[in-house]
Parts: sequence; structure tokens; C-alpha cells
Amino acid sequence: MIPLSWYLIFSAALFCIGLYGVLARRNAIAILLGIEVMLNATIINLVAFWRYRNPEPMHGQAFAVMVFAVAAAEVAVGLALIISIYRRRNTVVADDIDIMKW
Amino acid sequence: MATNTLIWLLPLFPLLAFFVIVLFTNRNKALSHTIAVGAALLSWLGSMIVFVRALQGGLPFEEAIDWIPLGETHFFIGVRVDQLTAVTLFFVAWTVLMIFIYSVGYHNFGQPKGDHDHKGLPPHGAKVTDQHGHVHAVPSIEPMYSRFFAFIALFAFGMYTLVVSDNLLTLFVGWEIMGLCSYLLIGFWFAKPSARAAAIKAFLTTRVGDVFMLLGIAYLYSETGSLSYNVIFSKHTLEKLTEPAGFLGMSIAGLIGLLLFIGTVGKSAQWPLHVWLPDAMEGPTPVSAMIHAATMVSAGVYMVIRMFPLLSVGWQEGGALTPTMTVMACIGAGTALFAAVIAVAQNDVKRVLAYSTISQLGYMIAALGIGAYVAAAFHLVMHAFFKALLFLGSGSVIHGMEHGVLHTGDHSVDPQNMFNMGGLRKKMPVTFLTFTIGGLALSGFPLVTAGFWSKDEILADAFGNGYWLAFIVLALAALLTAFYTARQITLTFLGEPRTKEAQHAQETKWTMTLPLVVLAVFAVAAGWVGIPEGLTGGAIPNWFHEFVVGTLPEYLPALEFNFLPMLLSMIIALSGLTLGWWVYREVKAGQPDPLAKLLGTFYTWMKNKFYFDELYDRLFVRPAYWLADTFTNKWMDRGVIDGFLHTVARVAFSMGGVLRNYFDLPVVNGFGDAVGEGTKSFGKKFRAVQTGKVQQYMLSVLVFAVGILFYYLLSLLQP
Amino acid sequence: MTIEKIIFLVIAAVTLGAAVMVVTARKLIHSALWLILALFGVAVVYGLLDAGFLAVAQVVIYIGAIAILFIFAVMLTRRVMNDTDSQNNQYWWVAAPLSVLLFGGLTWMLSSWQGFSTELPKLTPEAKSGMLKQLGQVLVSPDGYVLPFELASILLVAALIGAIWVAWDRK
Repeated sequence: MIPLSWYLIFSAALFCIGLYGVLARRNAIAILLGIEVMLNATIINLVAFWRYRNPEPMHGQAFAVMVFAVAAAEVAVGLALIISIYRRRNTVVADDIDIMKW
Repeated sequence: MATNTLIWLLPLFPLLAFFVIVLFTNRNKALSHTIAVGAALLSWLGSMIVFVRALQGGLPFEEAIDWIPLGETHFFIGVRVDQLTAVTLFFVAWTVLMIFIYSVGYHNFGQPKGDHDHKGLPPHGAKVTDQHGHVHAVPSIEPMYSRFFAFIALFAFGMYTLVVSDNLLTLFVGWEIMGLCSYLLIGFWFAKPSARAAAIKAFLTTRVGDVFMLLGIAYLYSETGSLSYNVIFSKHTLEKLTEPAGFLGMSIAGLIGLLLFIGTVGKSAQWPLHVWLPDAMEGPTPVSAMIHAATMVSAGVYMVIRMFPLLSVGWQEGGALTPTMTVMACIGAGTALFAAVIAVAQNDVKRVLAYSTISQLGYMIAALGIGAYVAAAFHLVMHAFFKALLFLGSGSVIHGMEHGVLHTGDHSVDPQNMFNMGGLRKKMPVTFLTFTIGGLALSGFPLVTAGFWSKDEILADAFGNGYWLAFIVLALAALLTAFYTARQITLTFLGEPRTKEAQHAQETKWTMTLPLVVLAVFAVAAGWVGIPEGLTGGAIPNWFHEFVVGTLPEYLPALEFNFLPMLLSMIIALSGLTLGWWVYREVKAGQPDPLAKLLGTFYTWMKNKFYFDELYDRLFVRPAYWLADTFTNKWMDRGVIDGFLHTVARVAFSMGGVLRNYFDLPVVNGFGDAVGEGTKSFGKKFRAVQTGKVQQYMLSVLVFAVGILFYYLLSLLQP
Repeated sequence: MTIEKIIFLVIAAVTLGAAVMVVTARKLIHSALWLILALFGVAVVYGLLDAGFLAVAQVVIYIGAIAILFIFAVMLTRRVMNDTDSQNNQYWWVAAPLSVLLFGGLTWMLSSWQGFSTELPKLTPEAKSGMLKQLGQVLVSPDGYVLPFELASILLVAALIGAIWVAWDRK
């Protein structure tokens, strides 16, 4: 059988890849893509733990469903923001959106 | 009214008059003099009542209150009237009242205001047009009229306080008040530089005496613990004070007496502190009469008479004199002769009288010095009467002369110079008569004058107790006294007028001549209370002696009557008077003093008062000025003290500068600035962190998160 | 080496590869498409974990909605991005080691946890078949997760309204 460790390592790896994407990409949408990857990694982690630790009650899955909803909401709002910024500033490069500074 | 209460009130009437005049009635001349004379009248009345009651017996009247608490006891002050006080009150009350009344006329009350009179200068006269259109110059009223009455009222307060007090402290208080008033009154016409100088001279000279007197009082207090007469003259205290003081072999009492006597030397103008009295003639004549005849100088003698038990500790009647008494006798007799010699060569009518006062006071002090207690007191009372009379008379003469000066308009003529007078007996008869009576009393004209009896008693005492030197000196002084008195009367009243001013002299008003008459009565009659018993074979008792000797703790019998000194004094008086009249009867206008040619250089010395003023100036006055101006002012005050202050200021200033520049600015300001600037620059540098780039923020977060994570992991590794 | 393990390894490799391509693709549209593949892989993993509902939900929500949304967004903002330039920003050389480090750290941390290598607990077939019903009940029962469920729906509504408002073209 697959030990829990495999899933955990897998989700950790996915998380770190997503992190790299968030930190290293120029385009704001690409950053959002990275965030999505990270979110998915966490949901995998959740579900793995649910299955391996306490599979009878469905609490783990319920939690995962909540995370799904949140992720969806976040993507919607994020993309709306990017569209709005794109309309005003005519740019989607994250580095150019730096008004909130000194 | 109880006698004691009355005695307390005697000084109070003039004091109240002083305050009322100063505070309220200064503008109103009539009201001021009414209040002053009224107060003098009330005090006179009270004094007469006290005197009469004293005659009836029950002396001493005394009452003391506890004034200052001192530990367990109190310091008592109070009033005390014994026999000596009673006779003193008698003459003080009369002379003060007479002088107050005289002042009303002297200061020309009722006359118009002067044309150009200033406060501080003697009145100059006013031009008045009568109904015919003639312009007359008349005397004008004194501008500072009320002030004068206020001052003499205060003066009277001082004298009454001194006389009725029962302890040395209030005596000294009265003493000093009179000193102040004498300063104020001598310098009454303060715009005259000579008056100002005379006032200062009087005050400072008497002050020298007062310092020693205060020393004596302090010494007495420290030895006996009290200053009240009934304590210090008690047998027990006096015995205590016979112990030697360790100073020139004197007893403590003797030393105290000597110190107190020095106060009298100052106040009664004895040699060497006599220099102030002649200059004090700068004041108005009532002042001279009051201060220098009747009251203030008498106060000095009164004080030593009071202190006689202290001075004479260790002396028995007929025995050897104590050192203090010897000193007194020498100074008294010496001054008597010295002043009489100078008086012979003076031309100013008041100056002659001034030196005469000094001389007569010397008589009294010499009398006390040889132990003639009653004689000294007797002469004190008599002298007050006729000397006041003489001074007031001289004031009347001067007023008459000034009238002449105003008439002729020639202000260069000195109205006080006897050589400008002459023949005034015709123009001023009342003044002439009263002045002559006073002069005869001064000379000791036999039998009918008061001065004869008192002076004779002193001479008799000196003769009888064998003090030959004192007798000879005093007799010589008596001769000279008669001489200069006759000189004065002859030059002033007899003969023919030597100047136009004398021709136009006029008799003065009743307010001035009435006191003269009253005092003349006393000058004649007062002496009859002290006629020696032996003269009349016991028919007329020597009331004065019997009365006054009650003051002493032990009865001193009157001296055995001896005809010889009485005869001698009669001869001296008559020969002196005749000589004086004979030398001066033919002096015409413009002629010099006949004595000048006779005595030559010695006359110059006499006229210049033996140059004592110049000596004192060299010895004391100029060094004092040097001390004040150069030493204290320039060197000490400006040099040392100001220099010190300036240095302190400079040091403080430079320190301040240093502090400011080296500490305040760099450190304090610098710190403040550094904080501000540092924060700003730190902020500036730190701002760079906020780039606004989200990814950068996330990176920073992660770096630290990873760091913490690894730190945690590493810590896990350490077992 | 059981069959599950092999399946897992293959799926993991695919997913991780797709994820790498997501974050390194030069063209943005390619990133979005690689994302779809990665999401598929994740759905299969869900299936392996007996979370059937989640696998389907993943496909429907993530791939059917979110990924499509991404493609819309990419298309709407295509004019600006010059797809031939590098997509990496200036910090990529810090981010890369950091991610590796983080991965290493996480792994190490997890490995020191004693529950790291638990085996799969067995599930009876009855339990497996009743899981969906149980999940449904848990989500809507009052002593279950009805409150978080409702809140999540409110959140979605808010996000919806918010997104409309933010992105509204006000010209």
C-alpha cells in the first residue's frame, strides 16, 4: 500500500512548485496560476490526512469542500482585479503595479 | 486725676501735637501754633500740678509697667518723679511754654507772605503799600511756620520723656529724640549751606558722646541686670559696683559713670566736644533758647546729676574724689574758663551767649565733680531761666535790628553783629530791661539775681571743701563772665546807635516780650529759694537744699556758711561788670574792639576759638571724608565689591558661553537634531523596503519563514 | 511494488511535470493549458484516495470553471503581454533555491513526525458506498457543517458581486 509519506511529499513538492511560480513570474495572471497550484497541493494534503488518519467521519472531505469554495471565490475576485487594473493601467506586469509604496 | 497718670500724660501732649500738626494741620498756620502752644500749656499745667503735689509730700511718685519679657523677668519702664525731677519739671515746663509763645511772634505770625520767600531760607520781608501810597518793607511770615511748631513739639516730647523716666533706657530715648530734633531745628533753614553743615556737625559731635554713653548703659545693664533707677541706686547694687573694673584702677561704677559722663560731654558741649554749640546758632533763636539754654544741654547735666550716686561710689563727703569725679571737675572747670575766654572776643550776639552756655554748663559739671550735688542742681534750674531769657532777648534784639535793615534796605549789614548795634535801650526798652536782668543774673549780681545764689553756692562749696584749683579757675571764669556780659550789654544797648539800622530798630510784639518779662521775674526771684541758712541766721530756711537732697540715699548736710566766698563772688561780679562797661562804653561806629590792640595775637586766637574747629577738621573730618570717599567708595565699593561682581559676571558669562558652545549646542541640540535627522534618514533608507511589489513582499516573508523553520529544525536536531 | 503504487507514481510525475510547465511556460496560454493537465492529475489522485466526490468536483469546478476563467483572463489581457520575452521577474534566482529549500525543510520536518509512514487503513465496501451520502449529510446537518457550508455560499455570493463590481467597465 502507498504510505502516507508519498502523498505528503507529493503535495509538498507541488506546493513548492506553485510557490516558485508565485514568486518568480512577471505576469499577474501567472502568479494566480501559481496560487492555484499551491491551493491544490494543500487540498491534496487535507484529503490524504483524512483518508489515512480518520476516514470514517467525513469531516476531512467537508473541509476540503470548503477550501474548494474559497479557492473559487478567490480566483474570481483576483481575476476581476487584474482585469480592472489592466483597464486602467494597461499593464498586467506585477512589478508595474507598485503604487502602494513610499 | 491720679498723679501717676498725670505724669504719664506730660510727654504725650506735645507728641500728639506733633502728629496732629504733621498729619493734618500743616497748611493752617494759626491752627498749628494753637495746637502746639495748647499742648505746651497742658503739659505746663500738668507739671505745675505734679510740682504742687510733690511739695505736699508723698514722693517719689513712680509707676512702672513690664514692657519686654526677658526670660523669667521683664524689662520695666515707667515714670518716676522725685525731688530732682520735680524741680526740673518746674523749669522745663515754664521755659518750654515761654519759648512756644515767643515762637509765634518770632516767626512773624500775622505778617504778610514774603515777596520771594522760599521754604528753607529765612524770610526776606514783603513790600507793603500803606494808605498813603508809601511802600514799606515789612517782615514776612516764616514759610515753614507749622513745621517749626511740629519740631519743637516733638522736642518738648523728648525732654519730658527724659525728665519723667525712671530708667536709663527711656532717658536715652528722650535724649536721642532731642538729638534728632536739634538736627532738624538747627538745619531748619535747610537751603543755607551753613545751616546744613551746622546741623550735621551738631548731630555727629553729640553722637560721639552718645556712643560712649550707650557703652556705659550696656556695661551697667550687664553688671546689674537692670536700668531702672530704684534698682541701680539700691545699696546692694552700688556695693556690688564698687569692685574694681580693671581699667586704670577705677571701680565698675566709676567706669560706667565715666562713660555716661562722656555722653554729657557731647550733649552739654563740654571740651573737647564743644564745637557744635556755637555753630548751632544757625537755627532760629527760639531753637537756640530751647535747645541750648533751657532743655537739651540741661538734659546732659540732668543725667549726670541723676547718676551721681553711681559716680560718687566710694566717695565720702570731704574725702578724696573718685577718678571719675576728678575727671568731671577738671573738664567742667577747664571748659568754664576756656569758653569764657572765647566769649570775650565774639562779636555775634548769639555766639557770646553760646559760649556763655558752654561755660555755665562747665560750672555745673565742675560742681558735681567736687561733690556739690545740690549746688549743681540749683545752678541748673537758675541757669535755664536766665539763659532762656537772654537768648529770647537776643532774638528780640535781632528782630529789632532786622526791622532796621528792612527799613534801610541795606542787606549787607549783619543784624546780629554787636558792633552794628548801640543805643537800643531807647528803641527797645522792654527788651533792654529784661536782657539786663538776665545778664546781671548770669554775672551773679549780688542778692537780687538768681544767678548770684547758685553760682555763689558752687564757689562756696569749692572753697569750703578745699578744692583750691577748682575755686580759682571758677572764680576767674566768673570774672570773665561778668566782663563779657557787660561788654554785650554795653555794645548792644548803651551808648549811641552805630549804624542806621540800629537807629531804626523797633520794639517787638507782645508775643515776644511777654515771655521775656515772665522769665525775668524768675531770673530775679527764683534764687531766693536757695539762700544759705547761715546768711540769715536760720530765719529763711534753705528750702531748695532740703528739698533736693531728699533725692540722695543719704542725707547730705548743707555746707557750713562762710562769708568769705560770698564776699569774693560779690567783688568778682561787680568788678567784672564795671570793667566790661568801662572798656566798651565809648566804642563808636567803625571802631575795632579795644581788646584787639591790647591782647594782640592772643586776641586773634580767642576770636578764632583757639582753632579747635580747624584742628578737628584736620584730625577727624578730612580723614573721615577720605575714608568714605576714597577708601570705601572708590577702593572697596567700586574696586573690590564691584570688581568682584564684575569678575563673577564675566566668569559666569564665559562659562555660559563655554557651556553653550561646547555642550548645549553640540550635545543637547545635537542629540535632539540627531534623533530627528536620524529618524528621517533611517526612514528614508527604510522606505526602500516598500517597493509596492507584492512578489518582493512575499519573498521577504518566505526568507524569514524558511529561516525560522530551519532554526526550529536545527533545534530539534540537538537532543 | 503494487499496481496502486505504479499508478500513483505515474500520476504524480505527470502532475508535477505539468505544474513545472505551468510555472515555466513562456506563453501564458500554454501555462493555463498545462494547468488543466495538472488539475486532472490532481483529480486522479483524489480518486486514488477514495474521495470520488472530490475528484468529480475538482474536474467540474476547477477545470470546468476556474481554468476556463483563467483562459478568459489571458485572452482579455493578451494585447499587452509580449509573449516572447522572459516570463521570469528579477527575483527568480532567489525564489528557486528558496522553494527547494522549503521543500527540503518540509520533507524533513514531516519525516520526523512519527505518523509519517502510516499505512492505509482499510475501508469496508459498505463504508465506501455510504461515503457520498455521509458527506452530503455532514454538509447540511445542523450538528455537522451546515454553518460553514452556508458561510461558504455567502462568501461565493460576495465574491461574485465583488468581482462584478471591480471589473465593471465604467466608461
